[in-house]
Amino acid sequence: MNSYAYTLLIPLIPFFVFLFVGMAEDKLKGKLGGLIGTVGLGIATFLSYYTAFKYFITDHVHGTAYTSVKAFEITWLHLTEKLTINLGILIDPISVMMLIVVSTVSFMVHIYSLGYMEGERGFARFYSFLSLFSFSMLGLVLATNLFQMYIFWELVGVSSFLLIGYYYEKPSAFSAAKKAFIVTRFADLGFLIGILILSFTTGTFDFQTLVDPNGPAISSAGGAAFMGLSLLTWALILIFVGGAGKSAMFPLHIWLPDAMEGPTPVSALIHAATMVVAGVYLVARLFPVYALGGPVALEVVAWVGAFTSLFAAVIALTQTDIKRVLAFSTMSQIGYMMLSLGVSGYGGEEGLGFMASNFHLFTHAMFKALLFLGAGAVIHAVHSNDMSEMGGLRKYLPITHMTFLIACLTIAGIPPFSGFFSKDEILVAAFHSNKILFGIEYLVAGLTAFYMFRLYYSIFWGHDRHYHHTPHEAPLVMTIPLMILAFGSIFSGLLPFHHLVTSDGLGFDSHIDWMIAAPSILIGVVGIAVATLMYKTENSRPAAVAKTFSHLYRWSYRKFYIDEVYLFVTKKIIFNYISRPVAWFDRHIVDGTMNGIANLVVFCSFNIKGLQSGRVQQYGFVFVSGVVALVLIFVYLL
Amino acid sequence: MNILTLFVVIPVLTVAGILFTKDLKQSRMVSAIGMTVQLILSAILVYLYVTERQAGNMAPMLFTFDALWFPALNIHYAVGVDGISVAMIALTGVVVFAGIFASWRMEFLSREFFISLILLATGVFGFFISLDLFTMFLFYEIAVIPMYLLIGIWGSGPKEYSAMKLTLMLMGGSALLMVGILGIYFFSVPEGGQLTFNVLEIAKHQIPIEMQRFLFPFTFVGFGILGALFPFHTWSPDGHASAPTAVSMLHAGVLMKLGGYGAFRVAIYLMPEAAQEQAWIFIILTSISVVYGAFGAIFQKDLKYINAYSSVSHCGLVLFAVLMMNQTAFTGAVIQMISHGLMTALFFALIGMIYGRTHTRMINEMGGLMKVIPFLGVVYVIAGLASLGLPGFSGFVAEMTIFFGAYEHVDLFHRVATIVAVSSIVITAVYILRVVGTLLMGPITDKHFLHLEDANWYERLSTITLVIGITFIGVAPLWLSDMINFSLAPLIEKLATVQLPGM
Repeated sequence: MNSYAYTLLIPLIPFFVFLFVGMAEDKLKGKLGGLIGTVGLGIATFLSYYTAFKYFITDHVHGTAYTSVKAFEITWLHLTEKLTINLGILIDPISVMMLIVVSTVSFMVHIYSLGYMEGERGFARFYSFLSLFSFSMLGLVLATNLFQMYIFWELVGVSSFLLIGYYYEKPSAFSAAKKAFIVTRFADLGFLIGILILSFTTGTFDFQTLVDPNGPAISSAGGAAFMGLSLLTWALILIFVGGAGKSAMFPLHIWLPDAMEGPTPVSALIHAATMVVAGVYLVARLFPVYALGGPVALEVVAWVGAFTSLFAAVIALTQTDIKRVLAFSTMSQIGYMMLSLGVSGYGGEEGLGFMASNFHLFTHAMFKALLFLGAGAVIHAVHSNDMSEMGGLRKYLPITHMTFLIACLTIAGIPPFSGFFSKDEILVAAFHSNKILFGIEYLVAGLTAFYMFRLYYSIFWGHDRHYHHTPHEAPLVMTIPLMILAFGSIFSGLLPFHHLVTSDGLGFDSHIDWMIAAPSILIGVVGIAVATLMYKTENSRPAAVAKTFSHLYRWSYRKFYIDEVYLFVTKKIIFNYISRPVAWFDRHIVDGTMNGIANLVVFCSFNIKGLQSGRVQQYGFVFVSGVVALVLIFVYLL
Repeated sequence: MNILTLFVVIPVLTVAGILFTKDLKQSRMVSAIGMTVQLILSAILVYLYVTERQAGNMAPMLFTFDALWFPALNIHYAVGVDGISVAMIALTGVVVFAGIFASWRMEFLSREFFISLILLATGVFGFFISLDLFTMFLFYEIAVIPMYLLIGIWGSGPKEYSAMKLTLMLMGGSALLMVGILGIYFFSVPEGGQLTFNVLEIAKHQIPIEMQRFLFPFTFVGFGILGALFPFHTWSPDGHASAPTAVSMLHAGVLMKLGGYGAFRVAIYLMPEAAQEQAWIFIILTSISVVYGAFGAIFQKDLKYINAYSSVSHCGLVLFAVLMMNQTAFTGAVIQMISHGLMTALFFALIGMIYGRTHTRMINEMGGLMKVIPFLGVVYVIAGLASLGLPGFSGFVAEMTIFFGAYEHVDLFHRVATIVAVSSIVITAVYILRVVGTLLMGPITDKHFLHLEDANWYERLSTITLVIGITFIGVAPLWLSDMINFSLAPLIEKLATVQLPGM
């Protein structure tokens, strides 16, 4: 045991809250269930901040590398002679950073939901699921080994499933939950096979051993090959497939927009700030293995990230459901993080991309949670998700408006907000690695600014719609989290990430490269300006643009028809061309054979049974014929 | 008296007790008491077994007892248990206990029903404690015969057809098995001396390889039919669909496990050479079972059919793991047997309870039940999540152990088979979520459903017992896996002496 043993409480408190609130659901009247959940998570948040303070400040000797500490570990199951599954807690820079992200956003969402979910049927159930999610996510980020991560990976998947399907009486909500679960499960198949390969090549699940530059993982890079790539590279690519599923990377992204069927606080917590970045965290966790052992796999990560960021940004341009715009924007931003990891090297300034990715993960969690919670306040006020039913809301929702504007400026990369700093580092890292990737990201930065301000103007500017009642600002319990997150969005860019979270634990100096920062600010401003021109007041320009690019517009609006492709594969191919024939084959061929054997027996016995008729004359006749036959045989043949 | 013999004596006493009862109330009370004692006894056995092992008793079988009962053929009543049989006995104890409470309202011929049910349980318990092949076979037949009556009399739908089909197919399996067992008997002591049916005695010698090649398929397929091996699984969907709730629970929960257990204890243990040679054929068949059952389940509309096909898939995984023939996979196979036994019993219990309320098992005729029967709904979701292998439930532990065991083989054939089996985790998710979605979620489709009542105390007792079993293994698997692991040592040693042909 060591001085971090208390960190065990961080995941365990939400777990016990889940058990308690889940079991006593019917008996917890009013908001009691929510209060228990919030207090429990408050304690966990406090402990997380204390851990961060202790790890980064009081326990750290200046100038030395940050080390990873195993706070706690038990044996859970022996698999093979070498492989044992442990459960434990690993404290290192990225896990502590994630602790802060997860606990902060989760705590804000817990508070916010006290207002947002007020009066919903199953209020306590909502909080028990939130606690289950918090437990699983904290267990995931604190995992000491790959298998523990997989266990909690599945658990966050199921919590997400339960929360998306929270309004289970709505068929669309359940089908979205189902889709999310099955698509990510399919990706997890890749993850699991990746774990199988990796653990059998290296003989361990343990992160500390895996990421050791002299350890068995990286030294196996030159080992057995399959189809031109080393086994290690295959394992890393397959593990990335799992990460891509959770993080909604193309083409496994289709579940994320539908997941917006869940309550908005859930979207903010799971589908914006925490669970969807688990894929990034997974790659970051194994980063030394990727960088030193499988550069090809890392290249795959970079290109998938870059493509997704562009693809999602183009779709976000035309969506009209405000939560879906935010969902595509999340995909696009996670693409940034993936790309940043993909272009990074290991150690020192080479590891700029690694640092930038984690930095962006951190700032993104703040501003994207803020955007979603702000959208929730808007939906709360107008009872609709559709942009066309909103307008002129800045008068009615002053706090939401201000915080939403801050978040939009942050994501657009305007200084001095935090998004500027983290995005700038990513662009610098991309610029030094691959100019094409840099070009894509530069373009995406412009698109992002444009669609975010399209969203902003459509909600808060323009003229009033016919609201059922006058929209009113959300209660304090909802606006306070907005203000706290706005504070985080503004100032988290000032954190010295290049000293705290680096690929090898050692800090390095980094400063803003104005040669790259200035154009990136410029393209952000251009994006905002174009959006202002088109959407600040109602005019005919958007329709004209849509008409000019009508094909592109339709493809973007229909999300490039990826959903239809999936529907074709699942409904047509799997259900009709595999499952139906299997069922038919089983009924008619396999079972038919068995029944056929039975019928054959019945048929034979039916024909034979005539011999046992019980009529003496027949027996006598057969007997006499037999005797005659035998006599003839004996007489003539012998 | 030997503790193991009690496992046969108590059910027999219970049956005798039921004979003197007059009505449902009395007979169910006697059964419940008898099976509660049996459950407690199973728990005691697990405890005694673990303490004995910790005390350093390294004998392959504990609590052994031996009595000769048919000298002419040297047939013994020989009993003894290792970690595997202890685990299976505990499983049986739990499932039978839950099954009694699931048939709390069996109005029709209740006395006879409980007698048949407990007779069936006697056979299963006897099978798991036996070390003598003939006695084992005898107990197996004791378990199969009441099945015919239970389905034929208390069943639903085309019950005569289903009962006949199930019994005939299982009897066909028995016939193959009989050939196998007699063959093993006649070659049990190749060096000369008295022939024996005792598994431990036979294992000391090597059955001639030519005979093994001939006998292994008989034995393996004989047990495989019981374990729903493709293409001999078709008794299972029809049989389960017609069987009353408790019978489905017992049948899928424990009787099908006799197949896996036998394949492992008799076929592989006594004939390892032939097993190594012929495994590939059966690996192909079981890989088909795993995926085929899952795809078959996607298309079904009757809840019991869905669960029956799902059982084909899950039991396929048991036999698949048994054929992988290494320590990890064997451990996984046993955990999967226990896990599937608990899960499928839970499923059938729930299906029976839902059917008792809605009077239909067609999923497209139901919807939105979560709102009216939340307890059963939540337990159904738990069972579903356990079945699709969510961590925290027993299915996950079993599947992971099997996959890791299977992956230990480095050749391409085994790798491909492993990946095929692994892919079932996705297909399982598809059919489970489809059922959960149609059955429980969405709006209520039929206004009659608005007046349904949620679970009674005995239904809660029955389901919660099983849920506790599933979660307990899922959260703390180490003791179980170590208990099984340790008992595998003699088998692994025997396998290690086998020359692997061309591997």
